[in-house]
Amino acid sequence: MSPSTVKLIGAFGSPFAHRAEVALRLKGVPYELLLEELMISKSDLLLKHNPIHKKVPVLLHGARTICESLVIIEYIDEAFDGPAIMPTDPYERAMARFWAHFMDNKCAKPFMLSVWSEGEVQKGFLKEVKENLALLQAQLEGKRFFAGESIGYLDIVLCSLAHWLTVIEEATGVKLVADDEFPDLRRWAKEYTSNEIVKQCLPDRDQLLAFYTAHLERYKMIAKAMLQQ
Amino acid sequence: MSSTKEEAPAVRVLGLWASPFVIRVLIALRLKGVEHEVLEEVVGKKSELLLRSNPVHKKIPVLLHHGKPISESLIIVQYIDEVWSSNAPAVLPADPYVRAVERFWAQYIDDKFPRGIRILKGTVDGNKDEIVEQLSTALQLLEEAFLKLSNGKHYFGGDNIGYLDIALGSHVGWVRAVEKIAGVQLLDAAKVPHLVAWADRFCAHPAVMDVLPDADRFVEYSVKYGSFFPTRSSTTK
Repeated sequence: MSPSTVKLIGAFGSPFAHRAEVALRLKGVPYELLLEELMISKSDLLLKHNPIHKKVPVLLHGARTICESLVIIEYIDEAFDGPAIMPTDPYERAMARFWAHFMDNKCAKPFMLSVWSEGEVQKGFLKEVKENLALLQAQLEGKRFFAGESIGYLDIVLCSLAHWLTVIEEATGVKLVADDEFPDLRRWAKEYTSNEIVKQCLPDRDQLLAFYTAHLERYKMIAKAMLQQ
Repeated sequence: MSSTKEEAPAVRVLGLWASPFVIRVLIALRLKGVEHEVLEEVVGKKSELLLRSNPVHKKIPVLLHHGKPISESLIIVQYIDEVWSSNAPAVLPADPYVRAVERFWAQYIDDKFPRGIRILKGTVDGNKDEIVEQLSTALQLLEEAFLKLSNGKHYFGGDNIGYLDIALGSHVGWVRAVEKIAGVQLLDAAKVPHLVAWADRFCAHPAVMDVLPDADRFVEYSVKYGSFFPTRSSTTK
């Protein structure tokens, strides 16, 4: 296949866009990053290429458009040559996909709502967050990364636990996880965020904190809407 | 391939016949010609084996391959395709881009249909008119996707059924059932003619026909058990 331009529509602070960037960099695929200002408005380019969800990331590969971060990661792994991102063994692949699905379908809501709710409701979500983290930590099994000795699919998918979690705690003043809890996850988080390739596309922590602090009200509204659903 | 010793079958499926998610797994196994045993759960009572095999979600389907559990229907279908890759036909398309497109739509389908069907069945509170509109829009988009992906052939997968056929086709039983239950039209030949024709072909496919019963059986099930999906409060999806 002749080389085609690769562009990624992303947004500052989006862990989903980060996933796509890490995958591209791990694979060694040069790309142009197009940044949306989602808090202001969505660009025509984004709306044209992701009319259904209107979200980042969107991968543009020549004439091809790929949406949804998990779909994008697998596409990058399959369409380009380079180090494997997914495990090779079918059972390991199934497990990695299972936990990715768990992260996106089961973890997102309790995380958001544990930060924004109060009283007994908050206690309930906090409990759920800790249960989720325990399950995820168990998948590490003492390894350096979820994928083993080097970064792979599940590490990328769980990136928000490595970098975004403590930023959100600081921005909102809600401590989800005590300092001595989940030591394996903390160790992994340090490994992930200090990885040479990851560092190239990880949002600066101070900037990320400023970003969340500036948009607290907006996130609060999103969370309250989620709670009502 | 079959063992001469007395031992648990290599491939077992924990399921319920009326679950579209279970139906997906059965279709994939039949398509690949994989011998398997189906362990039918009792409605409303989860077996010890299920709870042990899928402790995180406690849901069917679960595929047990040499005792190792795999959960989540679309993940199971991909697993089957990868393990039995030498058995034709391929379930996932060969081209990475077409794969990405099918995966995108499969996710979209599961975002829209399970919840929509629950509301139309009356299991969960919701605005039925709104849901009919949402599902009609979804089917319209899928009609367009079908035209692009099928390339004039019979299925999303081309000459044979594949991943996206299975992802959407598994919902046809309940879609047709809720059309009767709620008195609405979803697979409307005037609006989505290609999907309607595709649905008939899908249901008649040899790998599908014995595991995707007629709409009436789903309607009966709904009447008998009140709902397939356990009653959910309106705060969960």
